[in-house]
Amino acid sequence: MSKAANSKKVAGMAWPGKVHALFRRAAIRQVAIVPDAGHAQLIRLVEADRSMRLVRLTTEEEGVALLAGAWLGGERGVLLMQSSGVGNCINMLSLPLAAHFPLLMLVTMRGDHGEFNPAQVPMGNNTQKVLEAMDVIVRRADRDDDVADTVDGALRLTFNTFRPAAVLIGQRVMGAKDFRKLANGNDNE
Amino acid sequence: MSNLLKRRAVVRQLLRDRGEMLVVGGLGAPAWDITAAGDHDNNFPLWGAMGGAAMIGLGLALAQPNRRVMVITGDGEMLMGIGSLATIAAQRPRNLAIVVLDNERYGETGQQLTHTGLGTDLSGMARAAGITHAVLVRKPRELADFQAIAAKGSGPAFAQVKVDPEKLPLVLPPREASYLKNRFRLSVLGKTALHD
Repeated sequence: MSKAANSKKVAGMAWPGKVHALFRRAAIRQVAIVPDAGHAQLIRLVEADRSMRLVRLTTEEEGVALLAGAWLGGERGVLLMQSSGVGNCINMLSLPLAAHFPLLMLVTMRGDHGEFNPAQVPMGNNTQKVLEAMDVIVRRADRDDDVADTVDGALRLTFNTFRPAAVLIGQRVMGAKDFRKLANGNDNE
Repeated sequence: MSNLLKRRAVVRQLLRDRGEMLVVGGLGAPAWDITAAGDHDNNFPLWGAMGGAAMIGLGLALAQPNRRVMVITGDGEMLMGIGSLATIAAQRPRNLAIVVLDNERYGETGQQLTHTGLGTDLSGMARAAGITHAVLVRKPRELADFQAIAAKGSGPAFAQVKVDPEKLPLVLPPREASYLKNRFRLSVLGKTALHD
């Protein structure tokens, strides 16, 4: 994909606004993040929303524990990460799985459609398998206009039935980062 | 005879006048310690989730800003989630206190040394992470001073309490996690907890 088309795709994504509206409707109060470029728009919307608290994590499993604590105290949260962070969460998922805590993970994919970086592939190509091996419910969206509906269903599923669920947002939705162009000094979202 | 503080006495003192305080116990000995002080609906003892105790405390403290929250955990457990000290410092929850019972050992697995027995300064790491009220406690008086600071609710507050690496009888809390979750939520939130 050309850089122009790539940038246009990121800037023009509709799902972050729709998903932020879903968070508001679901009374989400704690939004835990390890950032990913694919989540940048949604993170900005959460930061600007006084009804939500953005919790910056140093590693993704902190968010699994944080949101268990939030639920113990009567608040709902979500956890945003990129696919590499899924690997960091695996043992901590024992907590929501054993105790039936709701947990929604929104995972932007790397090592996926059009990936440039070989280091992203081992985790990205196995993200769904690893989550499913842990009995986390996984749903996937590969088109901008499919993300919000998939998140809506997963939100209701996790909070109505008290179990961890993940939505994988395919790299096709965001467009792959082109490191060669970055190395040549071109900017990129 | 060691003049180190005794972990069960430390925890009994921390929980004696607990009032409405909510307590998270890290897996292993700290979970047995909070249970030895008296099992309580407002206790959430962990049987796993190693490295997660302080973060559970953070999520709870943010959700319940008018209640005091105390995490009581071990040095090995805190070391596994050491980055959470930075996460907690960034959120500045005034109502959160973290107490690390530091026996410099992985007590449940054969008393192997942890890093705190080899030079790592946990309270120094907490301060460097941005938790201003982070202290090393070796004496009863220092523990009382920390309790007073934690009670003021101007936290987050952190104490690394050096304790005797004694082997003690296990005092087990209930271990079914849904039960522990539900009894805690019923106690804190009332019956609406069942309809969320």
